[in-house]
Amino acid sequence: MNKKKIKTLTLTALVSIASPLWAEMAYVSNEKDNTISVIDLDAMEVVDTIDVGQRPRGILLSKDKSTLYICASDDDTVQVMDLATRKIVDSLPSGEDPEQFALHPNDRHLYIANEDDDITTVVDVKTKEVLAQIPVGVEPEGMAVSPDGRWAVNTSETTSMLHWINTETFEIEKNIVIGQRPRHVEFSHDSKFAWASAEIGGTVHIIDVDKLEAVKVLDFKIRGVNQDKVQPVGIELTSDGRYAFVALGPSNHVAVVDAQTYEVLDYLLVGSRVWQLDLNADQSMLLTTNGVSGDISVIDVEDMKVIKSIKVGRYPWGVVIAPSS
Amino acid sequence: MKPVHYWHCFVGIQVREWLRFWQQRTRFFSALVRPLLWLVVFAAGFRAVLGVSIIPPYQTYITYETYIAPGLCGMIVLFNSMQGALSMVYDRELGSMRVLLMSPLPRPFLLVTKLLSMGIVSIGQVYVFLLVARLLDVEPPAWGYLAVLPALLLASLMLGALGLLIATWIKQLENFAGVMNFVIFPMFFLSSALYPLWKMQEASPWLYWLCQFNPFTHAVEAIRFALYLQWNPQAFGITAAVTLVLAGLATAGFRPQRTKILDTKTA
Repeated sequence: MNKKKIKTLTLTALVSIASPLWAEMAYVSNEKDNTISVIDLDAMEVVDTIDVGQRPRGILLSKDKSTLYICASDDDTVQVMDLATRKIVDSLPSGEDPEQFALHPNDRHLYIANEDDDITTVVDVKTKEVLAQIPVGVEPEGMAVSPDGRWAVNTSETTSMLHWINTETFEIEKNIVIGQRPRHVEFSHDSKFAWASAEIGGTVHIIDVDKLEAVKVLDFKIRGVNQDKVQPVGIELTSDGRYAFVALGPSNHVAVVDAQTYEVLDYLLVGSRVWQLDLNADQSMLLTTNGVSGDISVIDVEDMKVIKSIKVGRYPWGVVIAPSS
Repeated sequence: MKPVHYWHCFVGIQVREWLRFWQQRTRFFSALVRPLLWLVVFAAGFRAVLGVSIIPPYQTYITYETYIAPGLCGMIVLFNSMQGALSMVYDRELGSMRVLLMSPLPRPFLLVTKLLSMGIVSIGQVYVFLLVARLLDVEPPAWGYLAVLPALLLASLMLGALGLLIATWIKQLENFAGVMNFVIFPMFFLSSALYPLWKMQEASPWLYWLCQFNPFTHAVEAIRFALYLQWNPQAFGITAAVTLVLAGLATAGFRPQRTKILDTKTA
């Protein structure tokens, strides 16, 4: 009896000690500070700030969420950070001025948009070999790979196009013209639809991936905000296919869209020039980077309310959430 | 005097206040229209103008409507307290206040009870305002509606005591409107009700200091913090201290016979 009790107590104690370890951490790239802010999402505070390469913008996680890849745009490289030690352990060739990138589901092929060279570079993260450099439109920016691994999509800002790259052949199979200055592409989790934002056009095109044509064009109107300021950038989709969130740049709002009916349900007020978004593992929390106000906002997805904004460095750009290591 | 006498008196004054409120139902709605106009018309124009800055008790960015809602709660209490003071002058002229003060209970008790009764009626109006504001997307946490109650009570006591003090200075009902213009408007505009104090500081340090010395600022901040489930000891402390001073001065100075009509008669 006593032994059992002690065992239970020990187990309880271990669980309670261990539980903070399961907390999630958000990593935010600060474009002007050349740092990554680490935020404990339980305490909702910055717990660490790590120096990285110059002008960090796009960031993403390896599939096992143990490694962080960072586009150090002004260093013309992709840095590799081990999240357990929070140290830069490697750097990858990236082509010039990498801004956004996407990792193939094979966890090896990294598709990098090189804004100044009008190409997309494909790098193997294990061998550090450049597998291909694919000419795309002028000023490539957004980058996404479909969850089924079939397509890589690049957006080119000046040509206002989506370039559909076959991931087997590394060749463009189709170009689709969308709104002016496309910034970001996000695939639905079943790979059936791609959502692409156009910053100047003020629209989000929803592309049917089988037909490679737009099935819907969303636009946004926020009460009390000049239409010029409504500039869609980052997009995030819930895995249950229920909601899409669209960061609307200098309008300082995030649009909540019903991903089935494409109806805009709400606009949530966040910080200045909201840029990129990420959902946590159980999708109860959405984080936004607010470039001009230098903070991130935390949205409670169930209540659809902004619950807190947390100061980070100057010009936060990208955000990813990983379990605490 | 036994506690039961005090209780009877308290209930009596309370009932009279509610009866008066019931007879002046239109006043209730007009008192509600004023802050709602501010919320719907004035705040709508400033929606995107105010600029961004997160200040306590808010955890994130808020719309201007959300910012001014606590100030408008304060506005309801402010107008009601001054209107209450007006009614006391009126009562005094008609002599019904003298009837009340003929009670053998201590005068400070009678006056404070009168202030409380007026406060409770104002608080009813504030809650109706907050419910309408909720429909207009001003959504404080649910427990905030309960937590704000002591702050509202304190604010209404402070402003009621101020009204009472003014009433003791005024000899004639006609003078009242002029005095109100010198009290209500500066108190409301020179406070944190419409703009955060950092905004005032940007505009002029003088304005900022005037706002800081205005007890209405602290009453509004006490309401704002309580509504968002935070404790602001400074705002509460200053409001409570000012309440004590004003109530002390007002009850000590209140003379029922101090009206021109009576003065003429006694002369």
